Amino acid sequence: MSEAFETVGKPKKKLDGRALVRGKPVYTPDYDVPGALTVKLLRSPHAHAIIKTIDTDQARAVEGVVAILTHEDLERIPYSRAGQGYPEPSPYDAYLLDRKVRYVGDAVAIVAATSEKAALKALKLIEVEYELLDPVLNMEDSMKEGSPVIHDEEDCSGLFDKSRNIAAHFEMEIGDVEGTLNGCDYVITRTYHLDTQLHAALEPHNAVTYLDPAGRLIVVTSTQVPFHCRRILSRILNKPISEIRVIKPRIGGGFGGKQSIIAEPYAAIVTLKTGRPARIIYTREEVSMASNIRHEMKYDITVGADGNGRIKAISMHGLSNTGAYGEHCLTTFMVSGSKTLPLYNKVDAVRFGGDVVYTNLPPAGAYRGYGAPQGLFALDCAIDELAHELKIDPLKVKEMNSIREGETSPIFKIMGEGREGVPQIMKSCKLQECIDLGKKAIGWDEKRGRRTRRGSRVRGLGCALAMQGSGIPRVDMGAATLKMNEDGSFNLLVGATDIGTGSDTILAQIAAEVLSVPLEKIIVYSSDTDVTPFDVGAYASSTTYVSGNAVRLAAEKVKKQILELAANFLEREEKNLKLSAGIVTCDDGSSVSLEELCTRHMYTFNQQQIAATASYVGEESPPPFLATFAEVEIDTETGKVYLINLVSYADCGLALNPIQAMGQLEGASMQGIGWALYEDIIYSTGGRMLTNDFFTYKVPSRMDYGKLTCGLVESYEPTGPFGAKSIGEIGIDSPIPAIGNAIFDATGIRLRHAPFRSEKIFFEILNLEV
Amino acid sequence: MKITLNVNGNLHEINIDPGDYLLEILRDLGYKSVRRSCHSASCGTCTVLVNGKPILSCSTFAASVDGQTIETVEGLSQGEKLHPIQEAILEEGAAQCGYCIPGIVLTGEALLRENPEPSDDDIKLALNGNVCRCTGYESQNRAIKKAAEAMRGDDYE
Repeated sequence: MSEAFETVGKPKKKLDGRALVRGKPVYTPDYDVPGALTVKLLRSPHAHAIIKTIDTDQARAVEGVVAILTHEDLERIPYSRAGQGYPEPSPYDAYLLDRKVRYVGDAVAIVAATSEKAALKALKLIEVEYELLDPVLNMEDSMKEGSPVIHDEEDCSGLFDKSRNIAAHFEMEIGDVEGTLNGCDYVITRTYHLDTQLHAALEPHNAVTYLDPAGRLIVVTSTQVPFHCRRILSRILNKPISEIRVIKPRIGGGFGGKQSIIAEPYAAIVTLKTGRPARIIYTREEVSMASNIRHEMKYDITVGADGNGRIKAISMHGLSNTGAYGEHCLTTFMVSGSKTLPLYNKVDAVRFGGDVVYTNLPPAGAYRGYGAPQGLFALDCAIDELAHELKIDPLKVKEMNSIREGETSPIFKIMGEGREGVPQIMKSCKLQECIDLGKKAIGWDEKRGRRTRRGSRVRGLGCALAMQGSGIPRVDMGAATLKMNEDGSFNLLVGATDIGTGSDTILAQIAAEVLSVPLEKIIVYSSDTDVTPFDVGAYASSTTYVSGNAVRLAAEKVKKQILELAANFLEREEKNLKLSAGIVTCDDGSSVSLEELCTRHMYTFNQQQIAATASYVGEESPPPFLATFAEVEIDTETGKVYLINLVSYADCGLALNPIQAMGQLEGASMQGIGWALYEDIIYSTGGRMLTNDFFTYKVPSRMDYGKLTCGLVESYEPTGPFGAKSIGEIGIDSPIPAIGNAIFDATGIRLRHAPFRSEKIFFEILNLEV
Repeated sequence: MKITLNVNGNLHEINIDPGDYLLEILRDLGYKSVRRSCHSASCGTCTVLVNGKPILSCSTFAASVDGQTIETVEGLSQGEKLHPIQEAILEEGAAQCGYCIPGIVLTGEALLRENPEPSDDDIKLALNGNVCRCTGYESQNRAIKKAAEAMRGDDYE
């Protein structure tokens, strides 16, 4: 398919790549702003407490300290930190500073000083008297009768039931689940529990703010959501949107962690209060314990099937931990069902529901996968268990029950993000091709169930199927502006936010393809709220599909203008003209180059800017699909798990830039591998995150896995730009169930609480031997 | 105290506090490719070469490298011509967000100076301390291998 195109479908180098590999100053901390104050936050040492008094006198006396702000100095405005469309489907339960602290790390006071040393010294001299409250440090305790109420303030809103610490609740049922289960030959009920995860983007959360000569607030920040950032800052700072400009330079990784408004307001308020530039850079510890983490989730799942392995009914009841604040609470919970259950669309009845609860732990937020990995862990492993009980190859059971091209699921309509969804039929689904290629690459038929031993080591195989989406249909909008220059180049202005994914490059490829010009002729600028058109930002696997379609439409509009003007200039009929390789040619041989045409219309004749803006909102959200296979080797003496090979084949429609698409799949897979085997968060008995640096929180490195084998299958999504679907998130959904299933295949030990640390397996092996 | 640093062939005579880390000193001198991430010597992002060896500048006192030769990634490419490792990283799609890349280029360069023909395991071992959260490592490992091949040819000195 990609042979039909000149620029899309080709492994183009990233447009920003040369600057990145040469270490050019492109990230927010590299922007020198003379005189910027250093902003530091005093953070709560207690998980749940009321601030009785704050004494800042001594701290103010430190030389170099310019401002100290506490909750007494700020207007009290409830808001949600979630960088989502408006109105946000998240509760307004956060305050820039509050008289109550709700987790260890919650902000207590803002210090601004002329040097970091002065700011740190002042932090130590602020005296706070706390009234300690009982904390809720376990999500299972949160809803219990008599549990401390975490959000007892009167002015919060949008919480499902604050008296019981329930941030959000959802339930749905299709068909008669109980009745269908009663008629099943086999029914299993299990509980799966998946712990939280840190994003661990290498660039910490940071922002620098200043007033421009006209007094407008300029915010340069490492964000995935510049336009949401502007809107939310406008609310918190009580300042019109027109007086705020948010600029996103290059971003040093996001993964969802920068889809909430976290550090920006603290610098901005200092700039507004002092009139001076201000810079805040979170330390690694702050990024870990005081930005966002992933929602810990636990599912009770029941799956019923007939004796041949046909799944008839699925019921999932979940509990999700949103921590101290509820950003993304409802939507991540819904996605854990809506981006997993449609995979098994042949059921007669399906039910999904549960609660998202507050705890006095760090706030959870958006994270690549956005709930889908948590839901899939339960769903995939339960089906795996069922298959083993039926003595059928688990891959066969997953294969025969999963969705295919031309099919649908009623869940698409019932479950959207925070509201009803959109019905859709799978116009592209090459899941079978993914399965076939992956199965062959791992050697499924030859190796599975063999428990091959080598000394104390035993091997096993597991598989998992996954799906995701491409943007939030009928909610999220992306827009693009293209304007032409007199040398035949084009400025492409997009609100879409390249956070390292390569989206600037693929959006330029789309424009170049439509306009039939070399990629070098497209100059991309993303994203600056003063300059670029609106886009919701980088999340929900939306950029390729939603922003990509906007770019395609804008380029088609510009192409139409070019052909109209060329027809006029050449005195030929438009229908006889063709735009190719930067030249408009008529079938009689007359022609005009883009340079000539644009120069003429800029300077001499019928003068006008050739330009267009287009917007796109998805009518549907075509899912990418994935088949993942894991081969593990377990040392039965130590419990150590060696990941021998992880194979993942994806259907992302036509890969607009195969090398960047593969990078998304490989990177997400590794993030899933880390979560499955190494990344584990430990809290103290008081609720302090102990694993808040890279020594104690183990991000996988090069020696921590054997092979990673990823591939893309040929596919074409008719509603996507040039056949594309998304690929940003899906790779992280499947490694946990695939590895969990492989550990079972190797040892007979079924781990239902991830991550699967070697220590856990060691103790399980001891239990078996006893 | 006063120290002298030779950074990419440029001599800098500077006044520092004895407690200043090399990372901040280099950034203040304008070498912005040297970046902070973990601040605890556990991610490799702030890697620079001191006398040709990779060290972590976030936890190295500037005073301890007085008078020594430091290389940052700004010194590697010559004008518009990229170093073969940089070129291979682009070709393999091995830079996503790019934050880790200066450390990876420098650690890779130190490896290839010592071992022009590294095996896959040599590459993994040498770069094991350079964390990348974006790529999943495969493309970066391929890039180092490819650069080694290019550098063994005659188009690189």
